[in-house]
Amino acid sequence: MTDRQKTALKNRVAVIVAWIAACIFFFPIFWMVLTSFKTEGQAIQIPPLVFFEPTLENYLEIQDRTNYAKFAWNSIVTAFGGTALALLIAIPSAYAMAFNTGRWTKDILMWMLSTKMLPAVGVLMPIYFLAQKAGLYDTKSLLIIIYAMMNLPIVMLILFNYFREIPKEILEAARMDGTSTFNEIRQIVLPLAWGGIASTALLSIILCWNEAFWSIVLTTTEASTLTAFVASFQAPEGLFWAKVSAVSTLACAPIVVFGWLAQKQLVQGLTFGAVK
Amino acid sequence: MNPALVRWLQAPSIILLLLWMIVPLSMTVYFSTIRYNLFYPERTGFIGLSNYEFFWTDAAFMPALLNTLILVGSVLIVTIVLGLAIAILIDRPFRGRGIARVMLISPFFIMPTVSALVWKNMLMDPNNGLFAAFSNALGFQPIEWLSQMPLFSIIIMVSWQWTPFAILIFMTSLQSQDQEQKEAATLDGAGFWSQFWNLTLPHLARPISIVLLIQMIFHLAIFAEIYVTTSGGPGYSSTNLTYLIYIQSQQAFDVGVASAGGVFAIILANIVALFLIRAVGKTLTV
Amino acid sequence: MNLLRNTALGLSLCVAAAPMAFAGELTIATVNNGHMIEMQKLTPAFEAANPGITVNWVTLDEGTLRSRVTTDITTKGGQFDVMTIGMYEAPIWGARGWLEELTFDAAYDVDDILPAMRGGLSHEGKLYAAPFYGESSMLMYRKDLVDAAGMTIEDNPTWDHIRDVAAAITDKDAGVYGICLRGKPGWGDNMAFITTMANSYGAQWFNPDWTPALDSDAWKAAVTDYKSLLDNYGPPGSEGNSFNEILALVNEGKCGMWIDATIAASFVTDPGQSKVDDKMAFAQSPQKATTKGSNWLWAWSLAVPAGTKQSDDAKKFVAWATSKEYIELVGETNGWGNVPTGTRQSTYDNKLFQDAATFDEAELKAILSANPEDSTLNPSPYVGVQFAAIPEFQAIGAAVGQQMTDALAGNISVEEALANSQQIADREMKKAGYY
Repeated sequence: MTDRQKTALKNRVAVIVAWIAACIFFFPIFWMVLTSFKTEGQAIQIPPLVFFEPTLENYLEIQDRTNYAKFAWNSIVTAFGGTALALLIAIPSAYAMAFNTGRWTKDILMWMLSTKMLPAVGVLMPIYFLAQKAGLYDTKSLLIIIYAMMNLPIVMLILFNYFREIPKEILEAARMDGTSTFNEIRQIVLPLAWGGIASTALLSIILCWNEAFWSIVLTTTEASTLTAFVASFQAPEGLFWAKVSAVSTLACAPIVVFGWLAQKQLVQGLTFGAVK
Repeated sequence: MNPALVRWLQAPSIILLLLWMIVPLSMTVYFSTIRYNLFYPERTGFIGLSNYEFFWTDAAFMPALLNTLILVGSVLIVTIVLGLAIAILIDRPFRGRGIARVMLISPFFIMPTVSALVWKNMLMDPNNGLFAAFSNALGFQPIEWLSQMPLFSIIIMVSWQWTPFAILIFMTSLQSQDQEQKEAATLDGAGFWSQFWNLTLPHLARPISIVLLIQMIFHLAIFAEIYVTTSGGPGYSSTNLTYLIYIQSQQAFDVGVASAGGVFAIILANIVALFLIRAVGKTLTV
Repeated sequence: MNLLRNTALGLSLCVAAAPMAFAGELTIATVNNGHMIEMQKLTPAFEAANPGITVNWVTLDEGTLRSRVTTDITTKGGQFDVMTIGMYEAPIWGARGWLEELTFDAAYDVDDILPAMRGGLSHEGKLYAAPFYGESSMLMYRKDLVDAAGMTIEDNPTWDHIRDVAAAITDKDAGVYGICLRGKPGWGDNMAFITTMANSYGAQWFNPDWTPALDSDAWKAAVTDYKSLLDNYGPPGSEGNSFNEILALVNEGKCGMWIDATIAASFVTDPGQSKVDDKMAFAQSPQKATTKGSNWLWAWSLAVPAGTKQSDDAKKFVAWATSKEYIELVGETNGWGNVPTGTRQSTYDNKLFQDAATFDEAELKAILSANPEDSTLNPSPYVGVQFAAIPEFQAIGAAVGQQMTDALAGNISVEEALANSQQIADREMKKAGYY
């Protein structure tokens, strides 16, 4: 076999393995969505049903029972708001650190990460009191602030990593042309690191979306997100697998759609081999 | 770059995080030294390290500590190795790559409580789960996942959820790898493994260490999966430090002891981070 | 220009403003059980009868709900006007003055409430929570399997007899398990059942001086028999089985006997979800040394936190939701087989209900026979059948539950599990200052 044929074969094998991996990873989700179209009786069948007559009764009941739109809207506002806030604070910081790595950079980044070391459940009372004192209980603003602060260390760390991958030569060339720092960020760094920023944003949005502790503890009716929506269908006294499958399909649907749209952004940015 | 400008740009993130950290942390440390049980609000007073003593003399303490370390270590190894492998596999153009990518990343979209439910009741249940159905069809006795191997089952669940995170980071980082260098190496006759060790891995050194550190923080605080599936049991075999704090905080409502537990968690996290940095060492080029 | 400004103003108000408690707006926290969902759907009826009051619901699963409302009431957060609490919380919170005392007018007929329910939700004679739905536990079994084995089950059979029946009807090759029992760790999960079993063996949680009594021979006998029943005649994976998991098994025809909440009867006899709906029969819980405490008592009830701003409106809602009229409303809207039971004698006297529900007699008998104030063979200092109404019990029960599951899984012996449990309980009780 020629070298080229060998490479082609290797590629084909790699692609097949990749598809197998994708199917394995996706399978539990597929099963969950499938279950959402079963009745409760069908959902508990032994052995599990693969072919059955689908029904929309779970989705209809959910519509009947709760205000999905409100929960979804709250999730969207808090997840995107928290992410936007975190990015706003982190991009300049990460940029400064990435291109001026000093003695303290690593320590500062480690310290930032350490602010996440206290488990949420251990700091429940302090935050609860503070939220009440500040009069921000059950507001989206509170959740946005908390999410931004919770994700800031992670966003910083990941952005730092992607900014570091931008070759210094490009920036030096721009500087020699006399660009201001602001323009440097806007016109050169951002486009180059766009893929990285998009990944970071996606990760942060997902982390906010699935955050199920503060979003339940610090809200009642106004600011509850989809996590509270899911909790309201969980473990009642009675069969619930089909309903909770429908609920979580609804809870994840917006973010999956968003992820699908975003994944094209993930690979933008020049491949640096071409730069030279 | 102007050093003053550098400081100005960095300042907001540092100051905000400082505030975010200091206030709850100092309150937690304060609570950990006083008697404070929500059901007995009239009982107050400084009691020094008694809360800490109560927390670590719990028969569940050592098992919880051990389980936490096992959980973190195992999930880290699985997610990073798998994440690397899969990211490399999909680092080539092929038809439907977008769909494959979304499928691979999708587990990360699901809420941990829901994913735990799906695994426990629809997949792992020894009576009506899918795995049991397969086993029975093949003539084997179904495995009682959560009863006999609780920690291992949780490792599977968490790895399933977090490998996509690693895939996402590595996948994006691979985009910025120098393709010319790779082509030159191939022309020179370097095979896949040689390229991997000498070109890809060093390029991914920093993303790997960042994934390590971020995941470490999250895995130390694994809670939802344990709460939904095993409630820490049987015995203490799936109790970790966070779950122990939860019991003190949300079942005993003893804020004092729960805060002491929180401080333990911080100490543990710092030790693990130190150890990780030392172990990963040279590759953590910052 | 104006439109833009007004829109911006409106938007900023929506996003930024902390919500104010408007007069007549009630926030109610509740659990996501079927009857409560029903109550939410019927809220318009309440709002129509009480113009000026709107109701906002916060629905959560039991564990999360309990955390939320306890955190709120102990810190006087004031986030909820009405809370759904259980028979465990009501006496404790009432004793601490955290709940408003509930008094009703004559039309409400508070004497109609079953005595055990009323007593379980009161402290020193004052009612602190109105029962919305009550349950006990009973034995549900497959009449067809028991008949085929040539046996019968009477009320309050002995545990030895249960073992014999289980042995006769178990057919593991066909996937039929003689008996299914809760095994998932939790003070309200496996411990709810194991406590009633232990009670029936003559055991108790605490001695009169509040020292734990978990190392008694009665406990050992009870847990040993519990484990042996499940080891020999139970389904695999019992260590993870709670109410819903076993319900799924029973509905699929996998369990010959099940001892659990009386509400299960309505599910297993529902042709929409059960394959064995017409084959189930019911009996009172088994016993060994006594029938005292052999079946549990639980109520989900509505309570009003002390000092809530909308106290009058909140009490109006509580009165409405737990009244005879409400039960009639549900009966007319959803059928008498779906009314919340276990609270009022008048429900059981109602012919329409008697006709619609096949298990009402067994259920009523179970509820009437449970007495939280006298649930153990020997004197005990605590109130509660399947729990002890003290704040420490949650943590103790949870930890002991973990030990029981460990013994069930075969990782430690029953003696070891009980010795560990004794130590755990002792530790917590000492810390709390009982002795």
